[in-house]
Amino acid sequence: MRVALFVTCVNDTLFPGTGRAVVTLLRRLGVDVEFPRGQTCCGQMHANTGYRDEAVRLARRSVAVLRGYDAVVVPSGSCAAMIREQYPKLAGPSGPFADAVDRVVAVTYELTEFLVDVLGVTDVGASFPHRVTYHPTCHSLRGIHLGDRPLTLLRQVKGLDLVPLPGAEECCGFGGTFALKNADVSAAMCADKVRAVLDTGAEVLCAADNSCLMHIGGMLARQNSGVRVMHLAEILGAAEPAGAAGRPVSAR
Amino acid sequence: MRSGERGERPVSAASVTFLGMPATRPFPRNAARAVRDSQLRFNLRKATRTIRARRASVVAEVPDWAALRDAGRAIKEHTLRNLDRYLLQLEEAVTAAGGHVHWAADAAEANEIVAGLVKATGETEVVKVKSMATQEIGLNEALLEYGITAYETDLAELIVQLGDDRPSHIVVPAIHRNRAEIREIFAGRMAGWGRPAPEDLTDDPAALAEAARLHLRERFLKTKVAISGANFAVAETGTLVVLESEGNGRMCLTLPTTLISVVGIEKVLPSWRDLEVFLQLLPRSSTGERMNPYTSMWTGATEGQEFHLVLLDNGRTRVLADEVGRQALRCIRCSACLNVCPVYERTGGHAYGSVYPGPIGAILTPQLRGMSSELDRSLPYASSLCGACYDVCPVAIDIPSVLVDLRARSPHPWPERAGMAAAGWVLRRSGRLARMQRIGGRLRNLAPRRLPGPLAAWTDTRDLPEIPPESFRDWWDRTDGGRR
Repeated sequence: MRVALFVTCVNDTLFPGTGRAVVTLLRRLGVDVEFPRGQTCCGQMHANTGYRDEAVRLARRSVAVLRGYDAVVVPSGSCAAMIREQYPKLAGPSGPFADAVDRVVAVTYELTEFLVDVLGVTDVGASFPHRVTYHPTCHSLRGIHLGDRPLTLLRQVKGLDLVPLPGAEECCGFGGTFALKNADVSAAMCADKVRAVLDTGAEVLCAADNSCLMHIGGMLARQNSGVRVMHLAEILGAAEPAGAAGRPVSAR
Repeated sequence: MRSGERGERPVSAASVTFLGMPATRPFPRNAARAVRDSQLRFNLRKATRTIRARRASVVAEVPDWAALRDAGRAIKEHTLRNLDRYLLQLEEAVTAAGGHVHWAADAAEANEIVAGLVKATGETEVVKVKSMATQEIGLNEALLEYGITAYETDLAELIVQLGDDRPSHIVVPAIHRNRAEIREIFAGRMAGWGRPAPEDLTDDPAALAEAARLHLRERFLKTKVAISGANFAVAETGTLVVLESEGNGRMCLTLPTTLISVVGIEKVLPSWRDLEVFLQLLPRSSTGERMNPYTSMWTGATEGQEFHLVLLDNGRTRVLADEVGRQALRCIRCSACLNVCPVYERTGGHAYGSVYPGPIGAILTPQLRGMSSELDRSLPYASSLCGACYDVCPVAIDIPSVLVDLRARSPHPWPERAGMAAAGWVLRRSGRLARMQRIGGRLRNLAPRRLPGPLAAWTDTRDLPEIPPESFRDWWDRTDGGRR
């Protein structure tokens, strides 16, 4: 099975630790993941902000880079949702691009889907002795319906104390350019999410999307809350009891 | 555009569709003020969370909810595809049952028709059943110009009218008010409109309801003309249907001798049987009730009474022509999307500058009114695209997709265009992205804590992530994917 990692531009540029964790994790599970060098960005920011032409260009590029693999693993619920939900709409009903989109969409998995559905593992052999809460990001929850997969995986992590997040299914207020275009509402939503996170007493907040975590974590850091945010992959990739595991919110 | 300034004719469907509120400042500016109003935030949080939880529990107990929802979507889709046929059938059935049917292309035409009908009765006062269509066309204000006073009889609409306020929710128009504020409004304003509030009025909900009951009862008994909308209009039988919770609507629908109903053309349903689906979907989605408390249905007019149906277009035909946006016409005005929306919960309805607020308003208003004003262009962005609205919509309107489609249709501000073009240029080649990442990595220690220009909106409330010294792709190259 040829497996491609679509790391996403946000992870590639700002959170390379997440990409490295995915590689570590998949190797540990016997998957020799490849990194197609031509990949850049799925185009979601352009699509959702109303720049359809640029989004189509980036979608064409991504599909061209990713076609031919048996599986594409994406460590982001949001970018996986972009490929699966929006690419078919951008491609239209028929034609060579639509056909290529169909083939890529059929094998595109968010990381936890790949682990649970394709590899059939729920215990990935991770150890992370910390108190953790999980925020189901909107696109992983309502876009691609990850359901219990992330929680199932987290429950098997050695030493991990999983605490439920109140109001977990409510949006954190990131929303891509929404965070800038409607910054006041975005911050108001984030403030409620931050309060919920602090209420859990967790030392780490994790999620399937670094973009949302950058937003929530940015406010947690601004408040000097001491709560770290980490991508799910970094917890699942942690094999040894990691004393200084994870990154402080504003560092790696 | 202000009408009359350069001798144009009054607002019409061809220029700007009037939607009951003046289009003013863009959404983000309205919202910024709203999120700082702690009383408003508290009222909205409490109210939306209560209704949201109630809806969730009564929807969860219906085993075939998904099938019902799909049936609702399918019936509406079919009706909209054959709207011409069903509207003519409705007209025929209503006329055969003794009613009169009028066609209004826009708000001005509808208001003119209604005013003419009221004047013909010789009356100068009308009672109103809660209705979105008449809010949309600004009927009360228009009637006032003809010397006709319209009295709202829905409790929440009464609060809004007495308070010289605007509705902020489709089903619960006074959701932004708490009971202390309502007591103030009743005590101060009721006397100016009719029977005053009792002197010892408290903010106890029962006392407030009693004050409204006494105030309205006088009105019901002496008013000869009523104006309503309708939730559904059955083409097969010519029956109009109104769902309400208080019985005040039924008072208006039965006591007066003349009834005028203003109904959007998308409200038609083919057959009586279709009501089976919608009378289940609507109450559970809207107020979280298993069955609607007061469901009034009438067909034409009985002897000694007169019934007029005004069928309203006001931009709907234009929406129908749009392949993506037309699904907004399936809306049954349940407000489930408002109640679940994290943006609406924090801004309230006034920020949307339309009688249709919340997620449905964000796709309906710009389509009906067009995107000529800054406010209307800003509405499709009044969403984080979290998708909660789509999940709860009883007729499966894919609101996020329509929002994204609308965003692609209006011009963007130039700094954003420049930023997006630059980002697109970098992302079009992986080599360019890699070079930019390396430059960022080298300059990482110079990154400012606060960003300039529009990007300051991020750093006003959130720290920036640190730029890593090495991107993922450079790490992959340097270590051969971690093998070295």
